[in-house]
Amino acid sequence: MESYKLTVHEASDLIKKKKLTSQELTQAAINRIKQVEQDIKAFITLTDESAMEEAEKVDALINQGEDLPGIAGVPFGLEDSICTEGIRTTCASKMLENFVPQYEATVFGKLKAQKGILLGKLNMDEFSLGLTGETSYFLKTRNPWDVNQDIGGFCIGAAAAVAADEVFYSLAVDMGGSLRRSAALCGAVGLKPSYGMVSRYGVILSASSLAQIGIIAKDVRDCGMILQIISGHDEKDPMTVRTDLNGTIPASEPSIKGMRIGIPREYLDDRLNSDVAEAIKKALKVFQDLGACVEEITLPSVEYAPAAYSTILSAEASSNLGRYDGIKFGYKAEGFSDLDEMYKKTRSQGFGQQVKLRIMLGNHILSAENCERYYYKALQARTIIKGEFEKAFEKCDIIISPTCSTTGSEFERGTDDFLKAFLTDIYTAPAGVIGLPALTIPCGFDDNGFPIGMQLMGRAFEEGILLKAGLAFEQNTDYHIKRPVINWR
Amino acid sequence: MTLNDIEYLAETAKFELTPEEKQYFARSIDEVLKFADKLAELNTEGVEPTIYLLGIKNVFREDTVQSSMDRDLLLKNASDVEAGCYRVPKVVE
Repeated sequence: MESYKLTVHEASDLIKKKKLTSQELTQAAINRIKQVEQDIKAFITLTDESAMEEAEKVDALINQGEDLPGIAGVPFGLEDSICTEGIRTTCASKMLENFVPQYEATVFGKLKAQKGILLGKLNMDEFSLGLTGETSYFLKTRNPWDVNQDIGGFCIGAAAAVAADEVFYSLAVDMGGSLRRSAALCGAVGLKPSYGMVSRYGVILSASSLAQIGIIAKDVRDCGMILQIISGHDEKDPMTVRTDLNGTIPASEPSIKGMRIGIPREYLDDRLNSDVAEAIKKALKVFQDLGACVEEITLPSVEYAPAAYSTILSAEASSNLGRYDGIKFGYKAEGFSDLDEMYKKTRSQGFGQQVKLRIMLGNHILSAENCERYYYKALQARTIIKGEFEKAFEKCDIIISPTCSTTGSEFERGTDDFLKAFLTDIYTAPAGVIGLPALTIPCGFDDNGFPIGMQLMGRAFEEGILLKAGLAFEQNTDYHIKRPVINWR
Repeated sequence: MTLNDIEYLAETAKFELTPEEKQYFARSIDEVLKFADKLAELNTEGVEPTIYLLGIKNVFREDTVQSSMDRDLLLKNASDVEAGCYRVPKVVE
């Protein structure tokens, strides 16, 4: 098998046993990028040269007999919202087209300390405002499963790069589900950790109370491995909690006997594509056969989560994006006569339409006359939804739902369809709004061969249970092994 | 959303909009607000808002002197610098 197809733990085993060098592995990934990137377009910036230099250092350490950590020498990608010292970080916006951070994000520092190899910066929605990478100023990333190029749609680069075997794993921001949805549509595994689990220091955020750094990987074991490295308290992000992560990586053959799985009644209505509904039904049967108990539950207010999400997002984005003024960093327009004109020209030319829409919406929602009707109400809805989930988790250990209502072959494109996209957020928005961990794993394929994702949600800081259930499912199915065939040219 | 409303919002956000953009944003903001109005159906009487998701109160650290970012590095991404300071157009008449 070509080495670019390996998972992190498989590659790491081979490197440790000296059957594969980090340079060979990194070169294989670079060759793969050369082969498919013209179609996939996942990278905004490639760091292949420095990656090879780092790989050489890892190989030298191994030859000296050093015992290196699990991810040492394995290439990864970072969404372009994650600051990398000395490497351009654009947030997929013209506003930050030439921004080179002078400091780095905590998560990047942690991966570097473990000798991970950065292969490049990945495409995303401009300032994370969108769902499918279509609002990027630079490029539109294609779903690797979209072999015909006229159906399918777009994905964030972090998901496409993993699914196309360009990198072995990636990190990206998840708020209302962009990471999980893209991972599901690309047939990858995606994890949004609990709010407070992973430091966001050095990550460019649009909505601070929603955003969390997540992981996209080829299987659940890799996800657990990366989570253990990037999570934990960081003095630079006061919203990180001091958690004990023992047991996050599940045992190699986890038992889920007696695990209680809740299925929200509200998620299984006619909005769901029939192939997706069928796949979820089959997946539940797998869990039942493994000894889990499946029970229908109710989350009556979950349908308000997308509206609450959209409102909180706009309010926070309008505030967070106020810093782009052409002075301290980022784009600055030319030809202005005073400060006010400089602000206006800079912000009008630097931001794309979705960003402008969100900022103006936020300003409207936060105005004295509208704050109670929208923003305050959304925060109250958050309390209600949180309460319903807490109650549900008294009866069950995890909650399962589809990740998306449709598959890549039906996915709506076009940024004008954002309203439709919000509505399909019903599955992924709640975990963002109330900060729960959520894992998406492949659980089937539709009639056209496009992957279907299943979402597992758990209590805050109980990622371990999600990973355990996900791993048990993977060990009894083979959906996660199938990869897209990319031979368009 | 009237065009006047949009012009007001654009002013608060410091945007210059073309006539086409004004039309687009008027329509789009109306649509999103209609969507957000779904929240009105929810009975929230007596419900406390949740701003922070974690029960974290104040987070303290030892008050020790630490080095901060080097001034030149900090200014490296600035569009205009003079004598170690940001240079901006005249603010006060």
